[in-house]
Amino acid sequence: MDLSLSDEQKQLQESAERFSREKYTFENRRKIVATERGWLPENWAQFAELGWLGMAFSEEDGGYGGGPIETMIVMEQFGKGLVLEPFLPTVVLGGGMIARAGSADQKAALLAPMIEGKKQFAFAWLERQSRYNLADVSLKATREGNGWSLSGHKGVVYNAASADEIIVLARTAGSAREPKGLTLFVVDAKAKGLSRRDYPTQDALRASELTFDKVSVGADAVLGKVDDAFPVVEEAVDRAIVALCAEATGCMDAINAATLEYIKTRKQFGVAIGKFQVLQHRMVDCFTNAQEARSMTLMASLKIDDKDPMVRAKAASGAKVQIGKSGKFCGQSAVQMHGGMGVTDEMAVSHYFKRLTMIDLMFGNQQHHLTRYSNLAMAA
Amino acid sequence: MDLSLKPEHKAFADEVRAFARENLSPATREKTFSGKHYDRDDHIVWQKALGKKGWLAYTWPKKYGGPGWDVTQRFLFENVLAEEGAPRILPFGPKMVGPVIYTFGTEEQKERFLPGIRSSEVSWCQGYSEPGAGSDLANLRTRAVREGDHYIVNGQKTWTSFAHWGDWIFCLVRTNPDGKPQEGISFLLIDMKTPGVTVRPIIMTDGAHHVNDVFLDNVKVPVENLIGKENEGWTCAKFLLANERLGIAEVPSSKRGVSMLRQIARIEPQDGGTLADDPAFTAQIADIDLQVQALEMSELRVLSAMAQGGAPGPEVSTLKVRGSEIQQRIAELTMEAVGEYAQPYQPGMLFHDTNETPTGPDHAPPAAPRYFNMRKTSIYGGSTEIQKNIVSKMVLGL
Repeated sequence: MDLSLSDEQKQLQESAERFSREKYTFENRRKIVATERGWLPENWAQFAELGWLGMAFSEEDGGYGGGPIETMIVMEQFGKGLVLEPFLPTVVLGGGMIARAGSADQKAALLAPMIEGKKQFAFAWLERQSRYNLADVSLKATREGNGWSLSGHKGVVYNAASADEIIVLARTAGSAREPKGLTLFVVDAKAKGLSRRDYPTQDALRASELTFDKVSVGADAVLGKVDDAFPVVEEAVDRAIVALCAEATGCMDAINAATLEYIKTRKQFGVAIGKFQVLQHRMVDCFTNAQEARSMTLMASLKIDDKDPMVRAKAASGAKVQIGKSGKFCGQSAVQMHGGMGVTDEMAVSHYFKRLTMIDLMFGNQQHHLTRYSNLAMAA
Repeated sequence: MDLSLKPEHKAFADEVRAFARENLSPATREKTFSGKHYDRDDHIVWQKALGKKGWLAYTWPKKYGGPGWDVTQRFLFENVLAEEGAPRILPFGPKMVGPVIYTFGTEEQKERFLPGIRSSEVSWCQGYSEPGAGSDLANLRTRAVREGDHYIVNGQKTWTSFAHWGDWIFCLVRTNPDGKPQEGISFLLIDMKTPGVTVRPIIMTDGAHHVNDVFLDNVKVPVENLIGKENEGWTCAKFLLANERLGIAEVPSSKRGVSMLRQIARIEPQDGGTLADDPAFTAQIADIDLQVQALEMSELRVLSAMAQGGAPGPEVSTLKVRGSEIQQRIAELTMEAVGEYAQPYQPGMLFHDTNETPTGPDHAPPAAPRYFNMRKTSIYGGSTEIQKNIVSKMVLGL
């Protein structure tokens, strides 16, 4: 048992911290939000150069042999800066699924260029009816000659507009909501029959609604085994959840720091409002919530490589419950303690609040994961 | 970073488990798992066995007769003992006054007092709170006046846990009534057999006798029983409180409480099935289970940082706050799990009067008394409000 960071990990933390601090000042971020892509290619090139795009992958896969702790370290700093580059959809989800399920050819064609910063991905799983059920997929893939034809709809697909390839979860067999009978396909983002409606999300990221109208792909587009994608997706999403939790801990640290600073300087009744005990105790509760969020994220990051899928699932859900709870508490408290300033667009606090709120909704909110954890824990 | 255990740590955990199974009396173990009250022997016989093995003062460095364990060993020791149903080690000697003595005491004091603490031959109690000095501890009034080689002590201590079993009491006393309240306090060790020391029981809401008033009436205490310098006892007092707050979160026993709660839910009938089939209730168990995990991980992070050097900082106050809330919530859910059959009051079932026949399941009689009693956790050891004041000032700089 050892909870200390290695020297390399400390260096990674420092460089990620520096990136967020220098490249993601509030004003810089506004400018990046206003660009067409909503993120900066020069930043992405820097990630590649610093090795962040390959750090969590094994050396056999062309990576640098790190793991979830490295992802946690970087995501936490991304959370502090509200970084907009599509690291989660491309590296954690896309790269993660290719590393887990891809053939040698697919790894060479997709993972290697991703690590070099030359390919980006999006993961299309959600549909209008899915809510938080990863198996509630009805987009159909039917056999067509040697390949497949995909038809149906996917929603809230992050980074679809910038991605080179869309990784699509499709039903190839089985009935609605059945985990068996799902297959992953790697689809060229410019494929014929694939249309997009792009939009920004509440927290200034980019997502799209996708319509697949008889999109043809070859047999080599299948990622992993036909009809057997569910375990791959579940594991990838659990890993993405843990990465999101790390991002949220960074957001919470930042929002708490901003609020603490604000209540030390904002004066009412002739004193800094931080002199009032009612605000002091709320601020302490924010601090405690962030500590707990960090603890659960760390625990989940340390357990997400476990061989037992039950351990992984419980760790991811447990952390997501904590993040949902703590994120809401810190976010709402920060806005309240900022008073009217907290509900303006001009203060960073409202942007952190939005991100924390959206993180809770992604891949299952607090309530969903409490139920999932509870069922797993009672079954044990 | 790694949560896994090395082979030598696994072997260590096995050794602790084997020791507990051999040395913990089955009757004591049964009391733990049925929620009954312990008596003196449950604690002391067990502690003496630990003492003989050299494990009672398990947080002490080797230099003072402790085992010099690392964070992982301490963690395993505490968890295995809780799983095996051992009573908590009464902290007053090994966790409170012991470290004060080896940190601030003279060589002579160390030689005189530490062996009895390590072996549990000598029981200690804590003379901090007074009727007028609770949250405002520095307002204490118990007066010690130097007369030749002695202090003459007059005053009253209260909420003194296990004073009725105590051989010695460590007291905060006022040696200088002038100036700032914190500056006139001294840390004094008093033999409970000294004439003028009187103990009066306080019966708590669960019907049990754990705490007492201690009256000090012209008690003659030799000056060699002073720890540290006269009027500088506040330093010892704060050092002790920081240590107290670290252990007071009671994570291992809360883990045991959650697993007992799940067991009760699997037994308690509801709508033809059991409470375990009720997703609204099991979600509440899941929620407290996760809170315990977050607390455990936070505590490990603090211990891990301490192992790199340094004393527990003021942030441990948050562990105490959350630890007490969690203990309360587990007791509350356990009572709610029992439902209607939590209502009969059956002190005989709690105090081992075998003449009484239980009205309901064995886990029912302690449920409500424990809920009532656990309200104390957010009050003792510095109330939740005081802990938040500490964090606000010392950590956040407000």
